Amino acid sequence: MYDIQINGDVHSVDVPGDTPLLWVLRDVLGMTGTKFGCGIAQCGVCTVHLDGQPVRSCSLPVAAIGTHPVTTIEGIGSDALGQAVQKAWIDLDVVQCGYCQPGQIMSAVALLKTNPHPEDSDIDMAMSGNICRCGTYQRIRAAIRSAAGA
Amino acid sequence: MSVSRRTLLGGLGGLVLAVQMPPRRARATGTIVEDVTTPFSPNAFIRIDERGVVTFIMRNVEMGQGIYTGATLLMAEELDLDPETVQLEAAPPDVAYVDKDMGTQATGGSTSTMGEWVLLRKAAATARVLLVQAAATRWGVDPAACRTEAGVIHHDASGRAVGYGEVAAEAGRLPVPPDVSLRPPSAFRLIGRSHHRLDSPAKVHATAQFGIDARVDGMKFATVAACPVMGGTLVHVNEGAARAVSGVVDILRLPNAVCVVGSTTWAAQMGLKAAAPEWNAGENAHVDTALVYRQLHDGAAQPERGIVAQEKGDAHAAVAGAHRQYAATYQQPLLAHATMEPVNCTVHVTPDRCDIWVGTQVPLRARDSAARITGLAADQVHLHNMYIGGGFGRRLEHEYVEQAVQFARQVPYPLKIVWSREEDITLDRFRPAYVDQIAAGLSSHGNIVGVTHRIVGPAVVARWAPEGLMPNGMDGDLLAAAADVPYDFRASYLDFVRRETPGVVTAWWRGVGGTRGLFVMESFIDELAAVAGRDPIEFRRHHLKNDARAIGVLDLASDKANWSQPMPKGSGRGVAVQFLFGSYLATIMDVKVDDDGSVRVLRAVVAVDCGRLVNPDQVRSQIEGGLMFGIGAALFNEITLDHGRVQQRNFNRYRVLRMNEAPVIEVHLVESDADPGGIGETGTAAAAPALANALAAATGRRYRRLPLLGKQELDV
Ligand code: FES
Ligand code: FES
Repeated sequence: MYDIQINGDVHSVDVPGDTPLLWVLRDVLGMTGTKFGCGIAQCGVCTVHLDGQPVRSCSLPVAAIGTHPVTTIEGIGSDALGQAVQKAWIDLDVVQCGYCQPGQIMSAVALLKTNPHPEDSDIDMAMSGNICRCGTYQRIRAAIRSAAGA
Repeated sequence: MSVSRRTLLGGLGGLVLAVQMPPRRARATGTIVEDVTTPFSPNAFIRIDERGVVTFIMRNVEMGQGIYTGATLLMAEELDLDPETVQLEAAPPDVAYVDKDMGTQATGGSTSTMGEWVLLRKAAATARVLLVQAAATRWGVDPAACRTEAGVIHHDASGRAVGYGEVAAEAGRLPVPPDVSLRPPSAFRLIGRSHHRLDSPAKVHATAQFGIDARVDGMKFATVAACPVMGGTLVHVNEGAARAVSGVVDILRLPNAVCVVGSTTWAAQMGLKAAAPEWNAGENAHVDTALVYRQLHDGAAQPERGIVAQEKGDAHAAVAGAHRQYAATYQQPLLAHATMEPVNCTVHVTPDRCDIWVGTQVPLRARDSAARITGLAADQVHLHNMYIGGGFGRRLEHEYVEQAVQFARQVPYPLKIVWSREEDITLDRFRPAYVDQIAAGLSSHGNIVGVTHRIVGPAVVARWAPEGLMPNGMDGDLLAAAADVPYDFRASYLDFVRRETPGVVTAWWRGVGGTRGLFVMESFIDELAAVAGRDPIEFRRHHLKNDARAIGVLDLASDKANWSQPMPKGSGRGVAVQFLFGSYLATIMDVKVDDDGSVRVLRAVVAVDCGRLVNPDQVRSQIEGGLMFGIGAALFNEITLDHGRVQQRNFNRYRVLRMNEAPVIEVHLVESDADPGGIGETGTAAAAPALANALAAATGRRYRRLPLLGKQELDV
C-alpha cells in the first residue's frame, strides 16, 4: 500500500512497489491524461511533475515517490502559469492528434517555472525529450514564447 | 450527389419547444456516447433535435488533420450556425459513410477535405432549405423572404423568428429537393478564415478520449506478443512463471500470439516477460534486409517490360538518340508508422453483443471482421470510434482489432489490450521499400527530350483493396509523381515491376505513392539540372511550361527563400516542386553540414496552392507537421530485418525528429478558387527531395538512398 499525493489529494494504492507511476495513474486511478508512448523514458508523453520537476512517469516506480507531491496534466491548470501555458496552446492551435501534448505541456510548464524567459536554445534543450510525431514543434516553441510573455 | 430523406433529416423530433439555442461549446472529447436521450439514431451528417441542439456526424476520423473543424466549418457555413455551438460525433460503422474514393468507410489518402467540399455543404444546404420551408409554411410566407442566422429562421417583414429545433419535425416531413444551390464564395462567413480547432481545448486539458483511454466497468489490462517473424507460431509459454507475477490474471493464446492479462498494464507486461514466449519462426526465418533489396534490384535489372503504366511517344528512342543520356537508381527503405499512441484496442464480447473501443480509420471493416470472428450479426457489434493519436496510415489496417477480438472472446470481461512500443514497431505493417531506375535524354540546349522510368516494389493496393488494382495490374497509387507530374517531358515511359516484400506486410504510410515518387522525380530533375549546368529552379520552370499553378508556387517560394542569394560554404539550398493530392507545393530547404558531418536543417520555405482554403491556419499546421514527419523519416529511418525479425524496437533505434532538430518552417499560401486539394501528406512528400537536393548542394555529392544519414551505397 502506497500513499501518494497527486494534484493535492492523497491516494492509497495497492500495487507492487515496482509499478511505474504511469500505470498507477492510468489503470488504478483512471487519470488517463498522462499517456503511454515508449515505456523507456524516450518520448516524454508520460511526463508529470515530482516536486515541480519534470519526470518520466513510465520509469518512476511508485515506491520511489514517498511524500513528494505529484502534479499531472489534470492538475496543471490550477495555477496561473499552467493556465497561461494551456491558453497559449489553444490560442496558437498547437495540437494536431494531441496525444503528445499533455507531456509537452508538462515539460513546458516545468521549463517556465525555472526559466521564465527562455531563449529558443533553452526551449529546444528543455523540450528535446518530448517527441511529437505530428511535428508540432514550431508551434510549441511559439506557444512557450507566448506564455513566457504572459 | 443525392441526399436521401432518411440520411438527411431522418426521424426528427416531434416536440415543439420555445426558440432556444443553448450556447454549448462544441463537445469534441472523442467518445461516442450512444445517445439514448434523443429517441432517434444518428445517421448521415446532421441531426437536429427538438431543443435545437445540432449534431454533426463526422465520417472522417480525427487523427490530427483537423478534419473535425474543417467539416464543421463547411456545414456550419451553409446552415448558418456558430461552429462552437455544434456537437460533434464520430460516425458509427455504416455504409452511409462510405468514401467513394476509398471504396470503404475510410479516412486516408488526403481525401478528407476534397471529399467533403461539396458533399457536406450540400447536406447542410439541403437541411437549411427544408428548415426554412417549414417555417415559411407555418407562417404562410414566401421562403425567399426568410433568412437564417445562428440557428434561427427570421421573417424580417413580420418580425417573426423560430429556432431550427422548433421546426425540425415539420422539416422532416417535407420532400427533399433534388438539388440545392450552394452559397457563392463571396458570401462565405466561415470558409476561408482561420478558425481555432474545435478539438483543441479537450486535447490541451487532456479530457480528449483516445482509444487507449477507454475505460469500461470490469475491464482488465492486457498486453500481447505475436511471433516476431511473420507467419511463425507460438511454441511455448512459461505459464507458471507468468502466473507467479503479482497481478497476473489470465494467459490467453492464439496460434501465433500470446496475451497476458493483469490488474494493471504493468502486471501484464511483467507477466509477458516472465512468460518468455518461444516461437517457431517458420518460413520467413531467412529473410533479411539484403534479400529485400536484392529482389528489388533484380527486378530493376530484368530485361522484360514490367506493367506499362505510361507510354507517351517513343521515350526509349528519344533517350537513346538524345544529345546526352543520364540515368540514376534510387533506393528507399521499409518504414514504420510509429504513431505516438501505440496500437491498442478494448473489446468486450458477450453471447449476444460485442463492443469495441478503438481509434480506427476503417470502422466498417473492423466491425465486419469482429462479426465474422464472434459469429455475431454486424448490428450486434458496436464499434466506438475514438480520437486517434496519429494515424499516418497505420489505422487503415485493422488486424490489431481482429487480434483483440480473438483474445477477448476467450474471456467474459472487457479486455483492454495495449501493445508495447516494441510490439507496435516490430509488428507494424510497413511502408514498402522501393527501387526506382530512371533515365533521361537531354537536348544540346540541356532540355529534357524523354524520360524512361521503372518502379520496383509491392502493390499495396493489391492487398488492401484488390478491386482497386488497375486492369493491367498497376497500383494506381504509384503513378503519383511518376506518371502524374506537372512537367512536360516530350516523351515518357513508366513501367512497374511488381515484387512483393518477403517477411513483412506492406501498407499505406503518409503519402505512400507521392512520398515515394517525389523523392525520385525531384532528385532526378535536380541531377539533370546539374548535368545541364542550369539553375535548379530555372530548369524546373522551363519544363513546367504549361502549368501556371506550379510555376506560381515555384516563383513564390523562390522569392520568399531568397533563392538567388548564395549560401555559405558547407551549407546548401534545395528545392522540390510537386502536384499531389490536388495541391501544388514548392519547398525550399536550407541545410548546414558541419565539419563532423552532422546535418542541421535550418529552414524550410513552402509555397502552397491547395485551391480554396477552408481553414487556412490548419493548412499551415498540416504542412508544418507533414514536413517535420518527412524530414525525420528522410534523415533517419530505415526498418531492417535480420532472420525475419525487425531490428528497430523503440524510439532509441527508430529515431524521430526532436525539437532541437526541428527547422523553422515558413508557409506561404496562394489565394485560389480551385476546388480544395488534400494537404495532410503533401509536406511529408516534399521533405526528402528538398533535403536531398539541399545536401547535394552543400556537399557536391548526390543522395540516392534513404535515409539520407545512412550509408549511400545502394544494396545492389
Ligand atoms: S512513455 Fe515515458 S517517456 Fe515514453
Ligand atoms: S500532436 Fe500528435 S504526436 Fe504531437
